[in-house]
Amino acid sequence: MKESTVPQKADKQVPETREETRTRTLTPLVDIFETSEGLAVVADLPGVEKDGVSVGVENSVLTIKGAPKSAQPGDVLAREYELRPFFRQFELSDAVDQEKIRAEMKYGVLTIHLPKLKEQQPKKIAVTVAS
Amino acid sequence: MIGWTTWDPWRELDALRREVERVFEDYRIGAPRTRAGFLPGLMARAYPLLNMSEDKDNVYVEALAPGLNPDTIEVSVLHDTLRIAGEKTPITAEIKPESFHRNERGAGRFVRTMTLPTEVDGDKVKAEYKNGLLLLTLPKHEKAKPKQIAVQVA
Repeated sequence: MKESTVPQKADKQVPETREETRTRTLTPLVDIFETSEGLAVVADLPGVEKDGVSVGVENSVLTIKGAPKSAQPGDVLAREYELRPFFRQFELSDAVDQEKIRAEMKYGVLTIHLPKLKEQQPKKIAVTVAS
Repeated sequence: MIGWTTWDPWRELDALRREVERVFEDYRIGAPRTRAGFLPGLMARAYPLLNMSEDKDNVYVEALAPGLNPDTIEVSVLHDTLRIAGEKTPITAEIKPESFHRNERGAGRFVRTMTLPTEVDGDKVKAEYKNGLLLLTLPKHEKAKPKQIAVQVA
């Protein structure tokens, strides 16, 4: 799986470029691993509600966006982090069945399941022993 | 006799220490920062990252901790020392190491203690874990609240 976080402008294939420079974005940390049905992408999006996350696929580019919200009141004493919009893109391989992508959100962690097309999934072949 | 022009290892060390301190000045808690808070090196040093604020009655601490198992979060307060402990759950145990394409998110147990600016009332501390952010509301101790003193004109 190839990452295309900063797509080139000249490339017409890329559906969406980085958002404007004024709102700088954070790159969420991700885990990507193989599952029995295909691939799974797990991303940390702290402070993002279910409604604030958007996962899209266009021209085989998976785009993860999230708008975090913090409800911390009062005057600031110390700041170790800053919540900004999350943004990260990955290029999908042709093996991924784009119709069957599904995502879920729990405790600020986004999980995206990317099943592979049926013909791309590994098949078990029974081995018969010739006597 | 060692003069100023000769090499003095202690002076060299002192200069080095000051240089290192200057480099890491930005990393100090409370130093103004505009940078994003997702640098892996920083996370290894102090996890979770905390934002702290206050108003007249409360101190608020918000911890950046996505994907925690809510049952493992432990918050305790003693006088003005706050301790946060918990465990970030690994995705699942059965994923083989060789099936990972990328593994950037950490997992495991953590403990962080920090000193609050004032003494707080440990019995009335509220903790809420929502969308991967842990928000603590720590009511200030009666002793720590500022008192208005009437000025009498003689």
